[in-house]
Amino acid sequence: MSAFNELLATHGVSRRDFLKYCSTIGAMLALPSTMIPKIAEAIEQDNRPPVIWLEFQDCAGDSEGLLRASRPGVAELVLDHISLDYHETIMAAAGHQAEASKNATVEKYKGQYICIVEGSIPTGAQGAYCTIGGHSAEDILKKVGGDAAVVIAVGSCSAFGGLPAAYPNPTGAKAVRDLLPNKTVINLPGCPMNVDNLTGTIVHYLTFGSAPAMDRFNRPKFAYGKRIHDNCERRSHFDAGQYVENWGDYGHQQGWCLYKMGCKGPETFHNCPTLRWNEGLSWPVMAGHGCAGCSEPGFWDTMMPMYRRLPNVPGFGVEASALNIGTAIVGASAAIFATHGAVTVARNWKNVASAKADLREEIKEHSDDVE
Amino acid sequence: MAKKIVVDPITRIEGHLRIEAQIENGKIVDAWSSSTMYRGVERILQNRDPRDAWYFTQRFCGVCTTVHSLASIRAVENALNIKIPYNAEMIRNIIMGIQNVQDHMIHFYHLHALDWVDVVSALEADPAKTAALQQSISDWKFSSADYFAGVQKKISAFVATGKLGPFTNGYWGHPAMKLPAEANLMAVAHYLEALQVQKEIIKIHAILGSKNPHPQTFLVGGMAIPIDPNSQNALNADKIAQIIQYVNLAKEFVEQVYIPDILAVAPFYLDWAAIGTGHKNYLSYGEFPDDNRGYPNGFWLPAGVIENGDLSNVKPVDQQKITEYVTHSWYEYDGGDGVGKHPWEGQTNDKYTGPNPPYEFLDTDNKYSWVKSPRYDDKPMEVGPLSRMLIAYATGHKEVKTTIDYVLGQLNAGPEVLFSTLGRTAARAVETLITINKMSSWIDNLVANIKTGDYSIHNNEKWDPETWPASAKGYGWHEAPRGALGHWIVIDNKNIKNYQAVVPTTWNAGPRDPQGVRGQYEESLIGTPIADPERPLEILRTMHSFDPCLACAVHLYDAKGNLKSKAKIL
Repeated sequence: MSAFNELLATHGVSRRDFLKYCSTIGAMLALPSTMIPKIAEAIEQDNRPPVIWLEFQDCAGDSEGLLRASRPGVAELVLDHISLDYHETIMAAAGHQAEASKNATVEKYKGQYICIVEGSIPTGAQGAYCTIGGHSAEDILKKVGGDAAVVIAVGSCSAFGGLPAAYPNPTGAKAVRDLLPNKTVINLPGCPMNVDNLTGTIVHYLTFGSAPAMDRFNRPKFAYGKRIHDNCERRSHFDAGQYVENWGDYGHQQGWCLYKMGCKGPETFHNCPTLRWNEGLSWPVMAGHGCAGCSEPGFWDTMMPMYRRLPNVPGFGVEASALNIGTAIVGASAAIFATHGAVTVARNWKNVASAKADLREEIKEHSDDVE
Repeated sequence: MAKKIVVDPITRIEGHLRIEAQIENGKIVDAWSSSTMYRGVERILQNRDPRDAWYFTQRFCGVCTTVHSLASIRAVENALNIKIPYNAEMIRNIIMGIQNVQDHMIHFYHLHALDWVDVVSALEADPAKTAALQQSISDWKFSSADYFAGVQKKISAFVATGKLGPFTNGYWGHPAMKLPAEANLMAVAHYLEALQVQKEIIKIHAILGSKNPHPQTFLVGGMAIPIDPNSQNALNADKIAQIIQYVNLAKEFVEQVYIPDILAVAPFYLDWAAIGTGHKNYLSYGEFPDDNRGYPNGFWLPAGVIENGDLSNVKPVDQQKITEYVTHSWYEYDGGDGVGKHPWEGQTNDKYTGPNPPYEFLDTDNKYSWVKSPRYDDKPMEVGPLSRMLIAYATGHKEVKTTIDYVLGQLNAGPEVLFSTLGRTAARAVETLITINKMSSWIDNLVANIKTGDYSIHNNEKWDPETWPASAKGYGWHEAPRGALGHWIVIDNKNIKNYQAVVPTTWNAGPRDPQGVRGQYEESLIGTPIADPERPLEILRTMHSFDPCLACAVHLYDAKGNLKSKAKIL
């Protein structure tokens, strides 16, 4: 029995379970089955890479997401796969001892450790909007991120600026990529990120020693390559013109399409419908609420108001004209929301309108890339 | 001789907290609590659709990931006078209940335990004796010597790699660590078990609300999970059965592991029943509407105010008595730093006047935090499980009184020991126990109501903004895991004009007020013994007993919508 197999045994994991786990990862990354031994080999070697997890303007939602990891679970991840040398929310050390752990890893493993970033980075007030141990978030990111082998931005705040960067961005919040332009930054947006996409990315990196293929927003294609709308379990209702018109109505009870309730699935790229959340249990549309578009850049401005339906979705009403059905059944309410939303945008966001338009254009071009 | 020490970052919390403390003759004689991160979410909320606010405020905090959604939709419902269906009320109770249980469990095992448990000492434990200890405190299934030997082997193998990861530089071997090696090994096993249990039981949020963290299911006027026992796309008997299964799992762990652990560990740390006291003022808004009158009536846990530890006199809560000061916070008020403002009339213009980073010390004589100083009737208040349990205990709440009297009996102590670091930790455990036991009654109520044929989950009457008055204002309260949470909203022409959140950690972590009265964190640290100023484990114990959650404590609101400041750097 090899030392690794013995280790598995002490964890109550059989060799067969382990290979099954490797195949799951392989399937998730869409790798051929011949790659599975290679994944197993990478995991077997006790060369756990050091990981530094930085939190800046965050809500710890991605850290909590990490605690929900199941493939592997967080205990296995931390004990067996990575060496999580710094993570404010879970580490034992505090104060200068915590900072010493971080600095030791940066020095000892220069160019070899993985840096994970949660939360945006404020650039206003000369860094005073976020300090840790008296140092500004920006300085910490440049130092720790600058010397890392690879940087993974988890959640929409570190990937795209997120909520703090929403209009009017009071603190000058920025994304990791804005501040580390010459670094490989893998963006795993979502609010929060789906932890299975993080473990998938880490295993990919450990297996191949490089970042997975990414789209124009640096999102791995294995997780963000498909439109939610195209994989949605309610797509047939969209095509058939069967829409939820009011919360709790017959269509809502029957799982009809949430497009008219403001669902942003038609403009959002994320693997929610296939991967789902909390070990594949559910995702927003499955539980009756529309998609908020949380994995798209600037979604706090471009996708809001949340309950306003998207205009001009391609392929709208293939089998029936939703417009006609809408007029016949509700008429008033959907139209009023659309107007209300439009007025809100026009009145309040004049000064960001052009930036927003550019962003929407970029998202659209991205859609075209994928088509 | 006095020595000033800094603990920054305070780890194992949510957010960015810094403590500066003055130490003299081995004890803390003065302390300053500072939050060092600011986002300005309330400013971002201005001019947006009030129905979207819950989704924004939910991101105040990803740990207590439901609480700001609930406070937000309640504030809008209060402003627009919307009564939600009974089903939605019960679904909210179930979501809130399991949030509190899961959050308290994570807090105790993953954020707080390492203050009391020496992981390295567990390597020296005798697994057989550990098994005997486990079997003596409960009927928990994982209790064999083989099991504990396996856990010990796992930890040994981990330590042997030389890479301790998150356990590097912990306060191992610290003189304030008192547990025998066997208790340490048992606690390490429970740390790992709790990691597994917390992710299972919170699946109730995924069933009812799509995912956790950040469930996506809240609606002004109700909830987004439809009900139909005959549909596979709605809440049905199958999903309810799954929820009950997770409730039972949580109940088993709380009854057989969490509570016995508290009772087993506390006797080694009884000195902490006289440390960490603070002002002894306690506030709770009341929670869990328990009958069909709906929120804010018929609370299962009562609202109230206790002043100066007087349990014989619980006063009612009057929201008009809440004010916030910015005397020592990096904001400015029209009218100067001496005035307190009620959330509806308040304003906040951020104005940083602290040292330019990198810095060694803050200017604690002046402004030193991004958190404001809330006061109730001009007094600082502690909020959280201890406040809720004290107010319930003092008003004769049956389950709370029975449970607390049992715990005090086990520890052979009177209720005065609750005003302490240990009291906070024990009160959180007591609340977890009574809450998980209460869950089934909300599920029963929901099921009974569905049986009558009522499938309603949303009140549509005021969903359309055209039905709203030209202007309205309201407030929404919620007893979050960390305590009394309030959102105040002003709606004008269908949009948010003002938004203000006064959150639990603002109450607890705020700096001094104009009279120089310390905030609750600061006051509670006074007199704390510090064995080794280089390794101030004792500060972590008292700070963690509050379960700090800083990201949501820092907020910004501006009555006029004009952010005047360019931050001024000294």
